[in-house]
Amino acid sequence: MSTATHYTDPPIPTAPHGTVGGSGVVHACHHCGLSCPEECFHQEEKSFCCQGCLTVFELLTANGLENFYELGAASGLKFSRPKPAEKYSYLDDSAVRNSFVQFTDESITRVNFRVPEIYCIACVWLLENLGRINDAISTAQVNFPRKEVSIQFNNDQIKLSEVVALLTSVGYPPELKLSDLAGGKATPISKRLWLQVGVAGFAFSNIMLFSLPGYFGLDQFSGPTFNLLFGWFSLVLVLPVLIYSAQDYWRAAWSGVRQRRLAIEVPVSLGLAALFLRSAQEVVSGNGPGYFDSLTGLVFFLLIGRVFQQQTYDSLSFDRDYKSFFPLAVTRLERLGDRDSKNDELRSEATGMSSFQERKVSISQVNIGDCLIVRNGELIPADARLISGPAFVDYSFVTGESVPVDKVPGDHLYAGGRQIGAAIEMEILKRVDQSYLTSLWSQDAFKKDKTESINTLINRFSQWFTLTVISIAALAAGWWLIQGAATTALVAFASVMIVACPCALALVTPFTLGTALRILGKERVFLKNTGVIENMSQIDTVVFDKTGTLTSSGAGSIVFVGELLSENEERWLFSMTRHSIHPYAVQIGESISRTRQIFPDPVRSFLETAGKGMEGSVAGREIWMGSAAWLAARNTTNCPSTSDSDTHENSAATGSEVHVAIDGVYRGAFVIKGSLRPEAENMLTHLAGEKELVLLSGDNSREEKLFSELLGDRAQLRFFQTPLDKLEFVASRQKAGRKVMMVGDGLNDAGALRQSDVGLAVVEETGAFSPASDGIMSSDQVCRLDRIVGFSKSSIRVIKIGFGISAAYNIMGIAVATTGLLSPIFCAILMPISSITVVVFSTAAVSWCGRRLRRTDVPPVTDAETAQPMSDVARGPLQSASGIRERNGDRQDACPTLEVSS
Amino acid sequence: MSVIYLLIPLSLIFAGGFLWAFIWAVRSGQYDDTCTPSMRVVLDEAPVKKSKTNSTSTTETTDK
Repeated sequence: MSTATHYTDPPIPTAPHGTVGGSGVVHACHHCGLSCPEECFHQEEKSFCCQGCLTVFELLTANGLENFYELGAASGLKFSRPKPAEKYSYLDDSAVRNSFVQFTDESITRVNFRVPEIYCIACVWLLENLGRINDAISTAQVNFPRKEVSIQFNNDQIKLSEVVALLTSVGYPPELKLSDLAGGKATPISKRLWLQVGVAGFAFSNIMLFSLPGYFGLDQFSGPTFNLLFGWFSLVLVLPVLIYSAQDYWRAAWSGVRQRRLAIEVPVSLGLAALFLRSAQEVVSGNGPGYFDSLTGLVFFLLIGRVFQQQTYDSLSFDRDYKSFFPLAVTRLERLGDRDSKNDELRSEATGMSSFQERKVSISQVNIGDCLIVRNGELIPADARLISGPAFVDYSFVTGESVPVDKVPGDHLYAGGRQIGAAIEMEILKRVDQSYLTSLWSQDAFKKDKTESINTLINRFSQWFTLTVISIAALAAGWWLIQGAATTALVAFASVMIVACPCALALVTPFTLGTALRILGKERVFLKNTGVIENMSQIDTVVFDKTGTLTSSGAGSIVFVGELLSENEERWLFSMTRHSIHPYAVQIGESISRTRQIFPDPVRSFLETAGKGMEGSVAGREIWMGSAAWLAARNTTNCPSTSDSDTHENSAATGSEVHVAIDGVYRGAFVIKGSLRPEAENMLTHLAGEKELVLLSGDNSREEKLFSELLGDRAQLRFFQTPLDKLEFVASRQKAGRKVMMVGDGLNDAGALRQSDVGLAVVEETGAFSPASDGIMSSDQVCRLDRIVGFSKSSIRVIKIGFGISAAYNIMGIAVATTGLLSPIFCAILMPISSITVVVFSTAAVSWCGRRLRRTDVPPVTDAETAQPMSDVARGPLQSASGIRERNGDRQDACPTLEVSS
Repeated sequence: MSVIYLLIPLSLIFAGGFLWAFIWAVRSGQYDDTCTPSMRVVLDEAPVKKSKTNSTSTTETTDK
């Protein structure tokens, strides 16, 4: 779901392929809506970002499906290259085929695929019109909430593999997981629920008809024969309700009893049983009509409540796939050759390099056969074959074994490993399995010992509650028995049981926290599980990392101080930066490559020391990049001492420094002016009022004054912190009884993230996924941290209010029911209503809080304000200095008012 | 009053018929997806070739 603007009337003339677009204006791809690179494809006055999008456009127009673009602006899906059907030929193997196919005979086959990329009405339209692209497909039907498409095709004319290839070629690759299909047939459950409702409703309405005379005292006139007849009819009608419609309750109650656990179904089942026995006895003995109306009514309303729950849950779980928006990006190598081979050849001749370009793509767009670059510290997203570079892979996330393994080109790499050292290239062998990556997240190794979650509290409470209800019911029944009113005794017993069912209680938490998780996911804050929301609401200390968290990379500017670098030297430095994912390295790399196209040289013996620097040899030259102290420790000649580096201040270039030495000779330093994220100030001021704020930075203490103003007097600021220092600091605060939230980039503070009560990893477009964190937040959300914490608090408050409501229902209900005055039919209606009230309340209240979260009270920040170098704030405007080449970051890094497309 | 002996079984048969219809509707998958059909209504039927035989257009969920 791209938020990019769609230009309905692109102001570009038709240009030959490969023409460099005018700088400044960014064209949105007509198909997928992403912004086009400078060199893009044009056809019919529309621009396309890649060959793939153009192909889909051509395919659709050729088949008269241009309507697709009118249904939703730029709604197509980005993908790379259509793949030949041979890639899927394994699907035609009869064993594999049978596991996918739902139905087949000599001519017709029907398959059901889950297509996660179904997002909007345009997707539905395109998929349902597949038959117009290929005649062999007779029908295609989309189930939007399930994101499934059911395709029926003529198997004489088209093979299953070709159907899959066609789906992929229009941008909707189906999920091809055998295991998923084997166990993933969830349909019968909801079908059964509908049938149960139907049977209960049928019995209920008919029994009500039989009971009506009794309600109005008309049974006096109709005589005992009719009453007996009605009683027996009711008895027959109630049996299917008890046996079929209410079976889930019996079963749950029984398994609860067997596990010696008082499940919430126990009171309901007891109530049902009591009512049935009492009524059956009345009918058989000919004493009265019984309470069959209440009994069937209760089951009917209970089931209606269940349907409502299910529907709410389904509509929530429409976004349950929020993890498919996992903000993970990888670097893909793409061949430029497809489009303008002439230019390429020229370029190849000029540089002597093969014509590949690197491109950051979301992991969901990675296909089998793609070539990816994985840098130091990055996660291997899918099973792959190593192409270049010796790899040194740390599988501790997968196996818990922390000793990294050596791999040589040609070796198989398993997903979930983390590369240490120089960047490696690899070819993807399997589809990226998001669920596998997220499962790493929820591994035991990363579980934190939490004292008491709200869930355990509820469980204990509901046990106690159920016990109390049963005792009250028994006492009430006993009391009435002593009074000699056996009928009232049984009625009171059943009424208490029914009215006091704590179902509502059990519903509050999952519905509230589930909705909260979903809302946060839409705001691009992805939490591991609902428990994180609870922990977040109890936070009293917030620890920030500086670089990449409070300051943004990209929006600042980079200056090189020192001797001018030659073009070759620049290329070597660029090659070095490609191997690291540290924000500074990425920034330096971007700033060098911004001025001209650079192709990297191979780097040998690359080594990155967290918090210090990186070393490696390029073209036979030994290159060191890192902190001044680190370079000095390696005996760099001409290296400025740490105190000496302060002299740079008068050259107006202040900020974080990355010093460079080539072959042991000091060459100068990149000075990176981190710029504070827009609105971060606001957020910090808000947070400072309620929480203890701490800043831990691995950088120098130059900006101390600025940050102490920002974070308030009480805040602690610590500079020159190693990853271990950060971890120990967090641990020490926890020992002091504080609940600590750590916000960091997950690179050199992974330990601290893991140690903290809530560890949030902030990611820029390329995410270094750290399974040690409790949540991942998009970097532009940092400025809303105060609201996010506030939101978690209100969610917990909603749960408590929900408890209050349901408790109020129960107490009132029980009070009346014990007197025997509350007729069972009334209880039967009251009980499901309480559940529905609670579900509606918790969902609505949290959504309302979520709307507050989204609201911005500040006008949108313009670009000029965004790129506000921090040193300017601290020390006044920047002066230009001789010998300084300045490269201004021009990336848009505003904190946009989020457009959440629904 | 004795007409009731006839009417009640009749009404039960009628109601049973509706129950049967409901069960059939659920079984045939009409309750599986209550969302997409509402979107489908909005979409224009394209005025192009549709040489398919209509016999294949009913989708019944028959598991293999």
